[in-house]
Amino acid sequence: MTLLPLDIDGPAAPPRTNGELVFAAPWESRAFGLAMALHDGGLFEWEDFRRQLIAAVARAEAAGGEFSYYRCWLEALQTLLDSSGVVDRASVDGRAAELACRPAGHDHRHDHDHPH
Amino acid sequence: MSPIPAPSDQPVELRTEALEALLVEKGLVDPAVLDKFIKTYAEDVGPLNGAKVVAKAWTDPDYRARLLEDGTAAIAELGFKGPQGECIIVLENTPTLHHLVVCTLCSCYPWPVLGLPPSWYKDPAYRARAVREPRALLEEFGLALGPEVEIKVYDSSSEVRYMVLPERPAGTEGLSEEELVPLVTREAMTGVAKAKSPA
Repeated sequence: MTLLPLDIDGPAAPPRTNGELVFAAPWESRAFGLAMALHDGGLFEWEDFRRQLIAAVARAEAAGGEFSYYRCWLEALQTLLDSSGVVDRASVDGRAAELACRPAGHDHRHDHDHPH
Repeated sequence: MSPIPAPSDQPVELRTEALEALLVEKGLVDPAVLDKFIKTYAEDVGPLNGAKVVAKAWTDPDYRARLLEDGTAAIAELGFKGPQGECIIVLENTPTLHHLVVCTLCSCYPWPVLGLPPSWYKDPAYRARAVREPRALLEEFGLALGPEVEIKVYDSSSEVRYMVLPERPAGTEGLSEEELVPLVTREAMTGVAKAKSPA
């Protein structure tokens, strides 16, 4: 397991509190972990991901509205996987649409730490 | 450069879940490995490592002696080392001697034990004032030291990183090593605060 020196400053630096990474919602940490695991598996060079991330952050800032770093992160990851033919955008959207149709109460995994 | 993608109308939570599911099905991602990455970055590469070192030093005199003798080796005993932690010197605070760590050149930081540096550590004003007027700076951090306490400022470099061993707080005599860990903050290990008192 290779640990990467994540950016501390600049557009590609993830949100932190007192130096520690912060995830505002579970999906943010999943998106983070996906990029780390795929890079570890040799699917892409970190610098290629970082370049896509910086581009996605620039697009989001130009578009205005509420900024979400991990939206940009997911966008960068999808762009990279789409262009390399690993997972195209249409299949992600298709699967997401299927997931949206699940019955209420079964809309997420149950191995995390909040009760319901 | 790829063309600008068309925005998806699927919620980001579901897209993330869908992407993970597809990658797992293709055998490209193992959910357990994913969990491990998240945990490592969010929790393990943080001040918790340093806090464990300090708590052990407070409860194990032999370890404390080894830590002050050769910080790098003693920290490695607990399994903590990394790309920026090659040489770590541990500075022991006492009732009459207080250490403050700074990096005047950049923001060198012992991240295998302290995690990623907090933003104030990289602030040019902090770096300059830590050397020029450490006592006033510490007061702004809420740490007023009496005139009997000598303050020594250590400047980190790319070769040597410093970590402060804070004093064990009063009233913690009955606490175990595990119970002491949460009292040790990142601030205490850089010398801008003391270790917390038990609640």
